[in-house]
Amino acid sequence: MKLISAITRRLVIIVPYAWLLIFFLVPFLIVLKISFSEPVMSMPPYAPTIDLADGISGIFDAFRQFSFSNYLWLTEDSLYINAYISSIKIAFISTMLTLLIGFPLAYGMARAPSSLRPTLLMLVILPFWTSFLIRVYAWIGILKPEGLLNQALMAIGLIDDPLIILNTDTAVYIGIVYSYLPFMVLPLYAALEKMDYALIEAAQDLGCTPISAFWKITFPLAIPGIVAGCLLVFIPAVGEFVIPDLLGGSRTLMIGKTLWSEFFNNRDWPVSSAVAVLLLLILVVPIMFFQQMQAKSQESGR
Amino acid sequence: MKSLGSIRRSFEPWNDPNQRPYIAFENITKKFGDFVAVKDLTLHIFQREFFALLGGSGCGKSTLLRMLAGFENPTEGQILLDGENMSGVPPYKRPVNMMFQSYALFPHMSVEKNIAFGLKQDGMAKSEIDDRVNNMLKLVKLDQFGKRKPHQLSGGQRQRVALARSIAKRPKVLLLDEPLGALDKKLREETQFELMDLQQDLGLTFVVVTHDQEEAMTMADRIAVMDVGRIIQIGTPAEIYEAPKSEFVASFIGDINIFRGEVTAVKGGVVDIETPDGMVIRSETPHAHATGEKASFAIRPEKLRVSRTRPEGGINAASGEVWDIGYLGDMTVFHIKLKSGDVVKASLLNAVRTVEDPFSYDEEIWVSFAPDSGVVLSN
Ligand SMILES: Nc1ncnc2c1ncn2[C@@H]1O[C@H](COP(=O)(O)OP(=O)(O)OP(=O)(O)O)[C@@H](O)[C@H]1O
Ligand SMILES: [Mg+2]
Repeated sequence: MKLISAITRRLVIIVPYAWLLIFFLVPFLIVLKISFSEPVMSMPPYAPTIDLADGISGIFDAFRQFSFSNYLWLTEDSLYINAYISSIKIAFISTMLTLLIGFPLAYGMARAPSSLRPTLLMLVILPFWTSFLIRVYAWIGILKPEGLLNQALMAIGLIDDPLIILNTDTAVYIGIVYSYLPFMVLPLYAALEKMDYALIEAAQDLGCTPISAFWKITFPLAIPGIVAGCLLVFIPAVGEFVIPDLLGGSRTLMIGKTLWSEFFNNRDWPVSSAVAVLLLLILVVPIMFFQQMQAKSQESGR
Repeated sequence: MKSLGSIRRSFEPWNDPNQRPYIAFENITKKFGDFVAVKDLTLHIFQREFFALLGGSGCGKSTLLRMLAGFENPTEGQILLDGENMSGVPPYKRPVNMMFQSYALFPHMSVEKNIAFGLKQDGMAKSEIDDRVNNMLKLVKLDQFGKRKPHQLSGGQRQRVALARSIAKRPKVLLLDEPLGALDKKLREETQFELMDLQQDLGLTFVVVTHDQEEAMTMADRIAVMDVGRIIQIGTPAEIYEAPKSEFVASFIGDINIFRGEVTAVKGGVVDIETPDGMVIRSETPHAHATGEKASFAIRPEKLRVSRTRPEGGINAASGEVWDIGYLGDMTVFHIKLKSGDVVKASLLNAVRTVEDPFSYDEEIWVSFAPDSGVVLSN
C-alpha cells in the first residue's frame, strides 16, 4: 500500500514534468539544433540533419559540423538588434498602459457588490469567445482613415482631417493593450478580491487618508497580481506577430515579424531558429523572476 | 446606606447633571437598504468611562462602533464627540481608534510594523516609536514575536497584536470589538484586568463590544444591553444584575428564576403575586400594578434559601422535590421541581468542607427568599 501511494505521489509530479518535456523541451531542443545548422537549398532547408540510422557516430559527426555563425550573424546585422530592442520597448510600454487601464478595472470589479462580480468577470473573458484574428481585423475597420473612429470624431467636429493611426506604432499599442487586457485584469482581480476591506478601514482608522492607505496597503498587497499580470502581458507581447503585422506599419520593427520573414520569405530556418532561441533567452529572465515571485507569495501564505 | 451589589462607587459622572457626555449618540438610526440595524438610539458615554455594549449576535453592536469610528454614516441622528458633531468627519481625522472584530492586521507587515503603523502616520520620532512599540509588545506579552508576520501567529496572538496596535496611539476613545473572544479563559481574565488597568492609567475612554456577560460585568463601569438595534437597559453591572428591568435583560445576564403569576393585592408600593403553585410572592415594586394583572418576579439562584421545613410566615416560599444536583466546587446548584412542573434553580455556597446531612435526590424541600432579594419585572 505504501508503495502504491508513493508511486501515485510521484506520478502526480511526473505528469506535469512529462508534459513540459514532450511539448516544450523536445521542440526547444529541435529548434536549438537547427539554430546551429547551415541553410541549404533542400528539404529540410538546413544541414546537417541527424539520421538516427547512423547511430552514435552520426550524431557526433553532426555535432562537429555545428557552428555559432547564425548567432554571430544576428549580432553583426543591426536589423536584429534593433528589432529586439524595439520589441522590448513596445512590449514594455504596452504592458505599462495595460497596467494603467487594468488596475482601476480590476479594483472596481473587486469592490463591486459580490452579486455583480461573476457578470463583470464574464464580461472580461467575453472577447475570448471570438477569434483573436477577427478581433484584430476589427481594429483595422475602426482605426483606418475612413474607419469608425475617424468618422465619429469628424462627425462631432473634433477633427477636420482623419487621424492616421492605422499602420503606425500607436495602432500596435492599441492592439496589444486591447488584446492582452484580460491577462492583466484577471490576476489583478484575483489579488485585489482576496484583500479584506477591513484592512483599508484599519489603515484609515490609524490615520491614513484614502490615498495613502492605497499606497501603503492595497498596492503592496496587489504586487503579486501586478507582477503576474505584467509578465503575462509582457512575455507574449515581445514575440507578438499578428498585431504588428496587421495593425503596424512597414516601419514597425518587431522580432516576431522578423522571425516570420526569415522563416517564410527567406526560408532561412537556421537564422530564424537562432532568433527564436535568443528571444527565449531574453524572456527567461522575467520568467525566472515570475517563478521566484510566485514561490515567495505562496510561502507567505497569500 | 444600601447599595446595589455591595460596591460603593466614586466615579459616576452619569448621575451628575453638570457633566457633559464625551460621546453622544443622539437619536441614531442606521438602515442598510430596508433593513434597520439600529433604531432611534440615544446613548451618552462619559470621559474615562469603561463602557460595554452587550447583546446577542446581529443586534447592531458593531454597527454602532463603526458609526463612531466613521466607517458608516448614520441614516438619521447625529454623533457628538467631545461636543463636536462628527458627521462628515472622515475616520482618519477622528480621535478614535478601533480594534477590529476580524483583527484586520496588515499581512505584509511584521508585528512591530503593524503596531508602529499609526505612530508613523502621526509623524512620531523613530526612537519614540521604537520605545512605544516595545512597551506595547511587553504589555501584550509578545516581546519574542515582534519580527513575525501575522500569518505566523496563533489566533490569540493575532488578537493581542490587534489590541496593541489599537492602543499604541493612545487615542482619546478606544473602540474594542470583541477584543478577547479568541483567548483562552485564563489569558482572557488576565487581559481583562490589564485592559482595566491600562484604561485607568492612561485615562482613556473605552467602548467595548462583547457578547460575554461576565466579561462586561468584570470590566465595565456601565453596560448597555442591546437587542435588535435598541438599547433595552443601561446601568452599572450591579444595576443590570440586581435590578434588571425586563425579562430579556434578566435572562441575558447570569442565571435567573422567573416566577409568573397574577397580582392579588397592591398596597403602597408592595405587591402580592400568586403563582400557579400557590406561592404568594410579596415584594416591593417600582411599577404600577392593578389586581388581576399578570406579573413576573425574577430572583437569582444564589438568593434562594433551601430548607427541609416550611419557613415561617408562609409567603415567599414554595415546595418541590430535588430534581438535579450539580456540584461546581465553590457552590452546589440544586434544580428543584415545583408542583406545577416549573424548575427552580438555587445555588448554595459551599462555605464548609463537610456537610452533616446533605440534601439528596427526590427529597421534598422548601425554597424561600427575602422580600427584597428579587425584582418585579415590568411587562
Ligand atoms: N454592510 C451591511 N449591509 C447590510 N446589512 C448589514 C451590514 N452590516 C451589518 N448589517 C446587518 O446589521 C445587523 C447588525 O450587525 P452588526 O455587525 O452590528 O451585529 P453585531 O451586534 O456586531 O453582531 P456580532 O455579535 O455577531 O458581531 C446584522 O443583522 C447585519 O446583518
Ligand atoms: Mg460584531
